[in-house]
Amino acid sequence: MEVDRRAMECAVDAQSLISISLMKIHNSRTQRGGIKLHKNLLVSYVLRNARQVYIKEKYAEIYRMQQYEEVMAVCNEIQELDPLDLGAEDGDEEEQGRAACCGEESRPAGSREPEQPYYRSCCMEAPPGSPCDQFAPNGGGGGGSHCNKTTVLDLDTHVVTTVENGFLHQDCCCAAPQCAPGAAARKRKVDSGGCAPDAEEPSDFTAARKRLKREDCSNPDCNPDYTDTSNISNLISIFGSGFSGLLSRQADLEQVCSKQALASLGAWTRAIVAF
Amino acid sequence: MNSANHKIRTSNLSRPGGDMQWCFSQVKGAIDDDVAEADIISTVEFNHTGELLATGDKGGRVVIFQQEIDNKNVPQFRSEYNVYSTFQSHEPEFDYLKSLEIEEKINKIRWLPQKNAAQFLLSTNDKTIKLWKISERDKRPEGYNLKEEDGRYRDPNTITALRVPVLIPMDLMVEASPRRVFANAHTYHINSISVNSDNETYLSADDLRVNLWNLEITDRSFNIVDIKPANMEELTEVITAAEFHPHQCNTFVYSSSKGTIRLCDMRVSALCDKHSKLFEEPENPSNRSFFSEIISSISDVKFSHNGRYMMTRDYLSVKIWDLNMESRPVETYQVHEYLRSKLCSLYENDCIFDKFECCWNGNDSVVMTGSYNNFFRMFDRGHRRDATLEASRENSKPLQVLKPRKVCTGGKRKKDEISVDSLDFNKKILHTAWHPQDNIIAVATTNNLYIFQDKVN
Repeated sequence: MEVDRRAMECAVDAQSLISISLMKIHNSRTQRGGIKLHKNLLVSYVLRNARQVYIKEKYAEIYRMQQYEEVMAVCNEIQELDPLDLGAEDGDEEEQGRAACCGEESRPAGSREPEQPYYRSCCMEAPPGSPCDQFAPNGGGGGGSHCNKTTVLDLDTHVVTTVENGFLHQDCCCAAPQCAPGAAARKRKVDSGGCAPDAEEPSDFTAARKRLKREDCSNPDCNPDYTDTSNISNLISIFGSGFSGLLSRQADLEQVCSKQALASLGAWTRAIVAF
Repeated sequence: MNSANHKIRTSNLSRPGGDMQWCFSQVKGAIDDDVAEADIISTVEFNHTGELLATGDKGGRVVIFQQEIDNKNVPQFRSEYNVYSTFQSHEPEFDYLKSLEIEEKINKIRWLPQKNAAQFLLSTNDKTIKLWKISERDKRPEGYNLKEEDGRYRDPNTITALRVPVLIPMDLMVEASPRRVFANAHTYHINSISVNSDNETYLSADDLRVNLWNLEITDRSFNIVDIKPANMEELTEVITAAEFHPHQCNTFVYSSSKGTIRLCDMRVSALCDKHSKLFEEPENPSNRSFFSEIISSISDVKFSHNGRYMMTRDYLSVKIWDLNMESRPVETYQVHEYLRSKLCSLYENDCIFDKFECCWNGNDSVVMTGSYNNFFRMFDRGHRRDATLEASRENSKPLQVLKPRKVCTGGKRKKDEISVDSLDFNKKILHTAWHPQDNIIAVATTNNLYIFQDKVN
């Protein structure tokens, strides 16, 4: 079931809940009496819920930023525009839209209208001929009409990459954006503090590699504390796999891209699978 | 058994026009504020007559209290219990294969119905169940002519007469001896044991499996429920409690971390993975939060004595289910709804994972469960009344009537009310028990056992 941010009863943000939950799982490995399966399962539910909210908020952020940039771009174009050139421009925009899907970053999504084609519930079929049809989401996984803009940390190579695709879950744009504009994403090497990548755990997911969706916090306005995110990525790299059952539970409600993000994040509860 | 002793005394439960009234009777345990971890009480259980009261603690010990026989028929003092037997039930163990320590904490105690002079109970930790025999010895044989004064055996050639020893009275000695050890049947942590009404079998449940045992046979058990998925990464729920029906020996229930209860009939098939009934209440979407899954996890399930209802406890409420209606509970009681806005802090300090138990009174008219700040709650089903009482040393003068407590949820705090922010979440009452035939209750705080009885006019 979707987690409605508005129904949250306390002011704790999703990110700190994620940190707290990861610490609980981490600590449970050394607790007397062995790992408590029940407690860790419940903690992973909190993780999943916090993650949903976190993703929604970040997408809302990105959407708002894109809208802003798009509005600015349109304003600029209007100023430069010759009314007789409209036909040529449509083609340009479409190309820009496609380019956005190809992984370039921080481009306006293209169309002058509100981003309807790009923000559609993943439960719906992608419209035929949508620019995103031809582009498989990260890591494959079939049915590639669902995409999003993701910033990913590859746990094996420790490289952060930003890939921009087109569709987002409709609910993401419904949530009122509350965060400061998100940071610009760029490719860079991340020092995860010496934690070994999870080389031994075979990937069970269709994604070729485990990936962590991670927000680049170089923007000083960004809410999350950088120490927290580096702690999170450190902890996440410790764990190898997780409860994909939690994902299948939501498969009929959520987008595939989010599922993939969560699939990679399932790394957090490896300890439980150690039985 | 003399039926006069088993009259259910509920006439004092609710005074006309007034509330239920409870009096302090006794408190057992150290007065220290500094609680030794081993002394933390982990389970409380009356036997079938209520004459014996057993507690288990984190240190693996079992302490049994016995109702004082002389006072049983004196109403004001009938709830005097004294130590009867103490023994070390479980020791810490180490699983070398998994490099795991196995805690000695007693998770559950269940009494067997009495068949002869001795008493039997089952006690379990995370991995091993033990059947203990508690027997009395009040005579000893005397008059053997086989030994010297110093205890050495005499040379048989010097013995010329046959002397039959005589049994002479001695001070009562209560001995506990382990009669059966049921081990190596659970990969995960045992959370429940339940004796069947057939008095031959019992079940034990861990996070993923329920096993059926014969009380006589320790090297074999039958697995009757297995919810372990083929791929552990697909795990979505665990078993949290299980219990046999009080009268139907083929029926048992198990609750899950998802807030569902499954009723199974062992006659249907050997493996009861497929339930006969599924009890589930749809979630209220307006209550959705980060912690919805945690607070809907059921921590205890108990059949009513008459076998028509069952009660479940989740983090914030107690629900009564009619076994004939699976769609929703027939009654829901809020234990401490004011905590709903505090779930975040309760998650941080781990209190949200506390597993509260619940219990019925003898005639199923009142249910009881614990809360924080050493409060415990009673819900009178018939009169639609509830009470909040406190187990504390301050209210522990003999026969002192317990004053109802009230938690202030907002706005102006009245005198004698306590605000939510002042509650002590380290003082929790997880385990309570109700005498099967009388209004005597046992309430366990962290390391003390309080005994209360209803007020006698």
